[in-house]
Amino acid sequence: MSILVDETTKVIIQGITGREAVAVTRNCMDYGTKIVGGVTPGKRGSDVYGIPVCDCVRDITKEHEVDASVILVPARFAKDAAFEAIDNGISIINIITEGIPRRDTAEILEFARHHGAKIIGPNSMGIISPGKTKLGPIGGPAQDTNKTFIPGPVGVISRSGGFTAELSHTLTHGGLGQSTAISMGGDPIVGSTFVDLLLLFEADPETKAVVIFGEPGGNLEAELASWVLRGTRLPIVAFIGGRFVEEMPGVSFGHAGSIVHGSSDTVSRKIALLYEAGVIVAEEVSQIPTLVKEAIKGV
Amino acid sequence: MRFYEYEAKRLLKKQLIGVPVHQLVRTVEETREAASQIGFPVVLKAQVLSGGRMKAGGVKFAACVDEVVEAAPNILKLKIKGKTPVGILVEPKCVVQQEYYLGVTYDAAAKLPIVIFSDLGGIDIEEASERNPERVAKSHISALLPFYDFQAKQLVNSVGITGRDLNSLTQIFSRLVRTFLDYDLTLAEINPLAKLSDGSFVALDAHVEMEDVAITRHSQTLSELGISRRYEATDLTQFEKRAAEMFSGKGWVAGTMVDFGGPMALLTTGGGTSLVIFDSVRKQGGNPANFCDTGGNFGVDKVYQMTKLLLEKPGVEKIAVITCVFSVARVDLIVRGVIKALLEKAYSPAEKIAVFRVPGAWEEEGFRILRKYNVNFLDRSYTIDDAVREAIRRME
Repeated sequence: MSILVDETTKVIIQGITGREAVAVTRNCMDYGTKIVGGVTPGKRGSDVYGIPVCDCVRDITKEHEVDASVILVPARFAKDAAFEAIDNGISIINIITEGIPRRDTAEILEFARHHGAKIIGPNSMGIISPGKTKLGPIGGPAQDTNKTFIPGPVGVISRSGGFTAELSHTLTHGGLGQSTAISMGGDPIVGSTFVDLLLLFEADPETKAVVIFGEPGGNLEAELASWVLRGTRLPIVAFIGGRFVEEMPGVSFGHAGSIVHGSSDTVSRKIALLYEAGVIVAEEVSQIPTLVKEAIKGV
Repeated sequence: MRFYEYEAKRLLKKQLIGVPVHQLVRTVEETREAASQIGFPVVLKAQVLSGGRMKAGGVKFAACVDEVVEAAPNILKLKIKGKTPVGILVEPKCVVQQEYYLGVTYDAAAKLPIVIFSDLGGIDIEEASERNPERVAKSHISALLPFYDFQAKQLVNSVGITGRDLNSLTQIFSRLVRTFLDYDLTLAEINPLAKLSDGSFVALDAHVEMEDVAITRHSQTLSELGISRRYEATDLTQFEKRAAEMFSGKGWVAGTMVDFGGPMALLTTGGGTSLVIFDSVRKQGGNPANFCDTGGNFGVDKVYQMTKLLLEKPGVEKIAVITCVFSVARVDLIVRGVIKALLEKAYSPAEKIAVFRVPGAWEEEGFRILRKYNVNFLDRSYTIDDAVREAIRRME
């Protein structure tokens, strides 16, 4: 099985006529994603590779059941786009847009909570349930996606978009497929945290282990550690980037979430908390497949 | 973007939160004039973007002109955590009855803003609050609904404050929270807020950070307050400044450029991947010269410009191009950008590129070009650690 999305998921793309969105549409369609419509205000009547473009989300939800939306609009329109999707009853919203201010994100997440919608992102590279469907740019063109991701028993959650693919490729190379791989988003506040997603993986009988990628900054790894302490059936293998960033307080390495303050959100503290909770912490990426295989065998 | 104390105080004053009389000065002479105008005793505070200022000697009291003349030159040249002050803030030395801590920030686990109040304000707030948790009140607030005064009142009241102070503190705290929400701040902290002997309250120090990506929404206010856009909260090297200028001048999504001392230039991409690659280089004993993360949305031109910039640094011997498996960018475009920069500088790509490990879309085309120039490249069957090991070997 998989979590969040599968071959039956009906998807719309908000901002479908943008340059990146057009490429995402093509690549997702080639991979098998069921895209039922796209939205760009003012572009009603046009189409993107045969997918009809509408002015409002409502125009599509009137005609189809829509399970998920991929948001690829510019940052300044992202809050409104997300609210529109939520208000029209879409329950899974994957926000790819980067550069959304935290204030806007916090509003989106609160509105989503009131309506029972799940947000993945912002600043996410997408979600993929290999062999079934993918949302967002993750994996690139279908033939490249197939090189990187294969179906299997391992869940992947990463704060880095690039590393979602790298971790999955490492697993694939080691003979381990993925149930679902999620780029949870690199922003300081995201809609679905490690814990939110692990709860879903835990309910998926075909997921046998989960691999996560964490970064400096924020309290999400600490939250994960206290969740693991309460007990889970899933072995979790963690790899945390940024160990050497602690040598250089004040240096920001790109993700707003990993601006290093030199306080309790440091990598060494995170690794210690995860280790104490019973999470398997990998020293090198290349060890991960072996660690996962041993962990699955040991369960 | 972190605000200097004087900038934070301008914002608080605009929001009707009391701050002491203050003047920003940049020379010893100006400091003396400002101190005489304000009246002794005064406090001289280094304007620098780092914590631990008091403990580092960046805050001095002066009771007369002689003491100002003695203290000011030291403060002006004092480096605190590698950062040089942009000036001195001169204020009257206040007689304080009680100090409070007021803070607002975001809690990523709860996905909500969180407000914090304590009557244990001052430089040791962290330790003090650990010893006396009952005197630190915290509460999550809505980002959707307006902030109501009663929420501030409840918080202030829960550490045992009543009477006139309760009403004054409620007003000040509510204004701070609304400032946080209205101006896209990611941190708004007054520490300490001081109650003076006449019963009035002033913000003695403040730490304000505004979300970088929201700065354009507040350009009007910032220009009214005389606050200008800065790229990094650190003293940038020449290389880093040029990178920042290049990114903003071309309207490119900002990548990160960081300067180090070694002989190996590193071109990589993406925040998380950069972290891993840098870790791997350090762990395996490599010595980076500088480091460049391409940021998003790049084509041949951006990679070409970045490669040129990386190679300009004196002492750079080779460049390593290492990334994660790509989802968006095309491998061949990266190859073209790097090769173009090398050829233009009359370097042999085979010689100058320590290693090239960039898997993703259009990789076959990328590999074809790399083969043509005899470049040492690794495909996706090699890990990032393998690529780093190979780069270090080639440096020897």
